[in-house]
Amino acid sequence: MIAEIGQISLILALCTCVLMLITPILYTQFQNGIWLRLSRPLAVNHLLLILTSFICLTVCFLIDDFSVRYVAQNSNTLLPLVYKVSAVWGAHEGSLLLWMLVLGGWTAGVAFLGSKISAKFRSHMLSVLAIISLGFLLFLIFTSNPFERILPIAPEEGGDLNPLLQDFGLIIHPPLLYMGYVGLAVPFAFAIAVLISGTMEKEYIAWCRPWINIAWAFLTAGITLGSWWAYYELGWGGWWFWDPVENASLMPWLIATALMHSSSVTEKKGTIVTWTILLSIAAFSLSLLGTFLVRSGVLTSVHAFATDPERGVFLLVMLALFVGGSLFLFAFKGHKLASNQNANGWTRELLLVINNMLLVSMTIIVLIGTLYPLVSDILNLGKISVGPPYFDFFFVPTTVALAIFMGMSASSRWSTSNLSESMKRVILPLVICLISSIFVVFAIEAFSRNYSFSWSALITFIAVLWIFLTLIEDIHLKLRTKMVGVIKNKSFLGMTVAHCGLAILILGVGLSSAYSTQEDLRMKPGSSTYISGYRFNFRELNEIEGPNYSASQGVFDIYVGDNLRGSVAPEKRRYFSGRDVMTEAGIRTNLLKDIYISLGEPINNNEWSVRLYVKPMVRFIWIGGFLIAVGGIIASFNRRKS
Amino acid sequence: MHPIRKQRLQIILLVLLFATLAAGLIIYVLGQNANFFYTPSQIKNDEYRKGSTLRVGGMVVEDSIKRFDETLAVEFTLTDGNAFIAVVFDGILPDLFAENEAAIATGVIKDSGELIASQVLAKHDENYTPPELIETMDYLKSTNYKNK
Repeated sequence: MIAEIGQISLILALCTCVLMLITPILYTQFQNGIWLRLSRPLAVNHLLLILTSFICLTVCFLIDDFSVRYVAQNSNTLLPLVYKVSAVWGAHEGSLLLWMLVLGGWTAGVAFLGSKISAKFRSHMLSVLAIISLGFLLFLIFTSNPFERILPIAPEEGGDLNPLLQDFGLIIHPPLLYMGYVGLAVPFAFAIAVLISGTMEKEYIAWCRPWINIAWAFLTAGITLGSWWAYYELGWGGWWFWDPVENASLMPWLIATALMHSSSVTEKKGTIVTWTILLSIAAFSLSLLGTFLVRSGVLTSVHAFATDPERGVFLLVMLALFVGGSLFLFAFKGHKLASNQNANGWTRELLLVINNMLLVSMTIIVLIGTLYPLVSDILNLGKISVGPPYFDFFFVPTTVALAIFMGMSASSRWSTSNLSESMKRVILPLVICLISSIFVVFAIEAFSRNYSFSWSALITFIAVLWIFLTLIEDIHLKLRTKMVGVIKNKSFLGMTVAHCGLAILILGVGLSSAYSTQEDLRMKPGSSTYISGYRFNFRELNEIEGPNYSASQGVFDIYVGDNLRGSVAPEKRRYFSGRDVMTEAGIRTNLLKDIYISLGEPINNNEWSVRLYVKPMVRFIWIGGFLIAVGGIIASFNRRKS
Repeated sequence: MHPIRKQRLQIILLVLLFATLAAGLIIYVLGQNANFFYTPSQIKNDEYRKGSTLRVGGMVVEDSIKRFDETLAVEFTLTDGNAFIAVVFDGILPDLFAENEAAIATGVIKDSGELIASQVLAKHDENYTPPELIETMDYLKSTNYKNK
């Protein structure tokens, strides 16, 4: 019964979408304002119906209704309660329902927080959001129905939620990521509405910018959390694998980052309007591409659940319609928005355009690396995979270039400023940053027996100090010239926090890859080994029982000299349902260094293969990512003069 | 030519030059780092790029897993039902690596015909077979393949 209510709600939501979609047309037809006013209650109705459906599915999980196929496949009576709730979005159908719920939320947000835009413009935006919603609801109902029953005989017991996903990370990673992915639908709808109206008011882009910031901040948080989850849950100590699914989230993030910067130029200077519109379209298109890659089954990973050609074709057609349709509209209407002003001289505008070029280049590199294997397979040119060295080769220099220009932009002005003035301002930070970086890298080599000289560490220090010092120089100059107002501005504060976050992220990535030590070896209980100044003693091996698994647990003591610094207990878990095996790493951490141990497999009666890691600064990666997200949120609370 | 047009032409030429260089570089680096996938039969028939890193997939032959003393090194044989290839790997095998199950080894083939693997992938979970191997595994199942 509950499943049927959920099903009917979805169908009603679909009907609401159709109404929301045609309100602007009805308004144009009858010139009656009632049609425009109708879009708000429709948006709320849409949200409530999807929410009802979502709650119904959650209840089905909570009461173990195994007659619902999706519940039977992804839950069982032994599953802890919290994972029964998170299992709702643990597989394909339910995660799409979450996608829809988030879209419903953003749509309702646009409907009610749109006081600065005209009712007509808003109804156009809602209409675009309704088309997106319509497409995904059709997809959900016809190819991925979460409420499908197993009739006539329901199984007594369900399958299991993939053990990798039985974790705190999974509870919040998809909702955060979807808030970002789907949130990019708002600037997309905005861009389409602008293209339809043919003009871009300054207040409109000012209205749109917080939406971009918030969606971007969620996307940042979602990706950061995913990386952290991969690090501790996949069990092998990596935090980014250049896996196509990760790339699928990185591409919209890079473009959304470019969009944040270009929209600030568009608001401040009224220029690069067409470019900003194009980026808005591109960001959501890449979001859809990501959904296609992850959900169609063309890729196999933790995120793809089953291969079903019907789903792939449906998503591909939808992707083509949205991207093709919006680019078609852009080709016909985009030129009307072009501004005649050209950027002159060494202004912040120019630097932000360079930032955009770099970010777009990075996106193209990821796009090619991600799609090339698919294209090659389709054209029968061979089955290939593109390894991390390809991505690293391009990302290291582009990131360094981004850092350099980021520092330059701190010392530039919106109004025309000349190059030599900017150069004068950066000489001091440059000199300090070069000297202290070289000093620090050699000091690390001289005073620590475990770390030798590393070029990547030197470059990392230079890039990071450069970002920090130019920021400090800028704040110092603003204080001296009594521009305190600017510093108190949320937009400036948000930018500073996010840029510091990026610097910390780069520090974490650079130093952890330069100074990490990894060793795979055989160990038996009682044996010891020395790595990077630590002695690891494999004290004992225990057999333990969890709620829905049994595990072998190794206990390792970590010594420096004769002093015990702590113990970790990595596990190898065997889940009761199915034959899944999971590696639970044992991690001991402080801010500056992680010690990471995972159990491989039993080699013979008493020996195990063991992976030992000493990873300095790895925490900085996620701290940095988190700060970047916080910066985005702060900036979106900026009050603008009306 | 009008000076503005001349300037535009220069910009366009510069952009084209830069784009060509970038495209060339991307294609080159992509070519260097693209690992092709082969079946043991293709390797046996010499239908592969020699000297480059590649991936070979198949079923792990029963009783073929041999461990070395002292180190983590392990040796096993992969088959697609028609040919065999020996793989040597010095590292930790993935959780679901097992005999009569699908596995993919990434590495370089030596003159002796052995694959020196730098990475071994197995099934992801109980429901999942690597996509490259679905055909091979279906074929092995259909012929009711058992190693003798």
